[in-house]
Amino acid sequence: MEKVLLKGNEAIAEAAIRSGCKLFFGYPITPSTEIVEYLSKNLPKAGGLVLQGEDEIASINMCHGAAATGARVMTASSSPGYSLKQEGLSNLAANELPVVIVNINRAGPGLGGLGPSQADYFQCTKGGGHGDYRLIVLAPSKAQEMYDYTMNAFDLADKYRTPVLILADGFLGQMMEPIELKERPAVELPAKDWATNGCKGRAKRKICSYALTNEVMEGYCLQWEKKFAGIQQAEQQWEEFYADDAEYLFVGYGTCGRIAKDAVLKARAMGLKVGLIRPITLWPFPEKAFAPIKNTVKGIVCVELNAGQMIEDVKLAIECKAPVVLCNRQGGMLPSENYILDAMLKNFNIAISEGV
Amino acid sequence: MMDKIVLAGFGGQGVMFIGKVLVYAGMLDDREVCWIPSYGPEMRGGTANCSVIVSEQEINSPVIELADAGIVLNQPSFDKFRSHIKPGGVLVVNTSIVEIGSIPDTVRVIAIPASDIANELGKPALANMVCLGALLPSLSLCTMKSIEKAMNKLVGKNKPEMYELNMAAIQKGLDVAAAMK
Amino acid sequence: MEKVFGRTKGLTDVPFHYCPGCTHGIIHRLIGEVLEELDIIEDTIGVAPVGCTGFSLDFFSCDFVGAAHGRGQAVATGIKRALPDKIVFTIQGDGDIAAIGTAHAIHVAARGEKITSIMVNNALFGMTGGQMAPTTLAGQVTTTSPYGRDCAVVGTPIDLPKTIATLNGAVYVAAVSVDTPKNIMQAKKAIKKAFQVQQKGLGYALVSVLSTCPTNWGLSPVDSLKWLRENMMPVYQMGELKVAKEVEAL
Ligand code: SF4
Repeated sequence: MEKVLLKGNEAIAEAAIRSGCKLFFGYPITPSTEIVEYLSKNLPKAGGLVLQGEDEIASINMCHGAAATGARVMTASSSPGYSLKQEGLSNLAANELPVVIVNINRAGPGLGGLGPSQADYFQCTKGGGHGDYRLIVLAPSKAQEMYDYTMNAFDLADKYRTPVLILADGFLGQMMEPIELKERPAVELPAKDWATNGCKGRAKRKICSYALTNEVMEGYCLQWEKKFAGIQQAEQQWEEFYADDAEYLFVGYGTCGRIAKDAVLKARAMGLKVGLIRPITLWPFPEKAFAPIKNTVKGIVCVELNAGQMIEDVKLAIECKAPVVLCNRQGGMLPSENYILDAMLKNFNIAISEGV
Repeated sequence: MMDKIVLAGFGGQGVMFIGKVLVYAGMLDDREVCWIPSYGPEMRGGTANCSVIVSEQEINSPVIELADAGIVLNQPSFDKFRSHIKPGGVLVVNTSIVEIGSIPDTVRVIAIPASDIANELGKPALANMVCLGALLPSLSLCTMKSIEKAMNKLVGKNKPEMYELNMAAIQKGLDVAAAMK
Repeated sequence: MEKVFGRTKGLTDVPFHYCPGCTHGIIHRLIGEVLEELDIIEDTIGVAPVGCTGFSLDFFSCDFVGAAHGRGQAVATGIKRALPDKIVFTIQGDGDIAAIGTAHAIHVAARGEKITSIMVNNALFGMTGGQMAPTTLAGQVTTTSPYGRDCAVVGTPIDLPKTIATLNGAVYVAAVSVDTPKNIMQAKKAIKKAFQVQQKGLGYALVSVLSTCPTNWGLSPVDSLKWLRENMMPVYQMGELKVAKEVEAL
């Protein structure tokens, strides 16, 4: 199949068009802007519409309305803008509306910097908005995955009637790599027999999530809890790289995941049994990936572009049965493969035998 | 085999374009490629840089600690990137406007008055292509043939005259650098 | 026997759970009647953000979407853009559209979003127990202005429809009241026009309806009507504030 060169952000946008996304509501913010720019140029040609909202709050609520009609819809932003969307996300989750959201994470907190960062991990995976809900979070590590996971995100959103987040960083958004423009895989999805699109020939429908009676509200909560528990069981995704016989393990997602692969290759060349688990779904966190190794692994280096956030999930996943240390860069800086391999050798006193 | 190349200059000197040519050349040769901009509010006036990786294997880490090769089109870029080339690597310097200061002697410097040559060719904006030509023989995964293919893809269709001008500048850079050896 | 007054088909048979004497019910009936008369019940999607108007979801016979506080018009925009051939309206309180939702109120009008908004103005936050809103009158006592609204501190009440009327995309803006049978007739006319504007795709239409809140005003229903006439009507410009050329023909 012919490949085209696209920036990661453009790959997301192109995948959205080819996933049948007909509406995009957004507000430009670096380093996610290429998404709205690419769609402004190309979505109308595909019969869709881009509307720039007055702010991020408007944009996510426009998504709310469009999703309520059953349309495929997306919005994209970067950290400060993503913060503004939290109220809307909580409402989307509660009203069970399928929307795909993109957060091209930049360095924070506050206004922060434009460089690559993973400082929004907690916000993205643990909530962000108010109330007890979860977002399915997909973390691509290259442009092709930006494309593939976006297609997957639309299907997951429809399958579970829930918002799905693509979480990447400015580096992945801006980097250009060749991409195969694959067709959307055929997936059987439930009918949208809940959409509010005019009640011709049927009973009226309403989409609403609030209840002023506690008993009723608890009923809703139990329903949501059950749904998220189901997703947690069924949808964990991860990539393993030399992990099955690994004595020492890197865990990293996105940009860190791909950098860690080179560290693994270097370690293997030295004769060390080092591997990598790269979470693809950050929620649900791929606990299942750790089950086979949690009793045997001697040490884990968690590679992150923040002050240490996913490391908590890693410790939980291995039930603290092995030491887990953090190797990180922040503020828009990236670690090299040497930097993270060094962290592993030093932290776990791994001796390199001569001659390998 | 893998070429990691850094490209830097003033915004507007066509640094990103060199990167695009290289990365298309790699892609059309079925190599693994990756184009990394240093992005920011420095679109014009300041320094702009991007990096390109062309590889026979899958590209994992896109982080370049030390590059195999580089092109610097202006002084701030030289000052910044002279220490970013690996021992045995190559740095093409546009000596029309760059004064070559201290640089590790493990780096092979190709000094070429690219802006002057571009002026002679009648288009000052071609300094970037002159430098690309000078660098070409030092790259392990990129040939004149693949550059031709890439240039055709990038400007051939819409601006055939730009194709000719760019290719002439690349050839000139290649010739001048060869004569200097 | 001929039935002269029946419930409109625009409303469901769910009984209103508004407070006794609250004029919300009248406003609902008027909207319901308009939906029926224009024969658009099955083509309409309503949006109600939280507040006393938030109960609307159950009362109207058309599809309905609930929205977060202040976000009704952004949600309505999303619906209308996805389904340009349907009729989309919001029903929102003053404490919603003129406070937390102001940005959206301005921008739907600026964009000429082809939706209809009904603003129910009772000069405070009703559902949450009578707190001050930007529309609360000077000196008016609410639970968050217990000594009366002090305009030196919080400014004077905002007359939102007047602001909206200045924007090009808003082609019909009216402020009406439901305190007398005559005014009710006029209110209905305005609401009907606001929906016809949308049917014809002419632009954005807003109707503000002055409404009572006997519960939080601490007045009887009859005294509330009097209070509304004496205190609100002089502050808020009444009548058709804007009728764009293309709307005059309606
Ligand atoms: S609180 Fe006020 S506005 Fe709300 S239903 Fe009661 S009287 Fe009407």
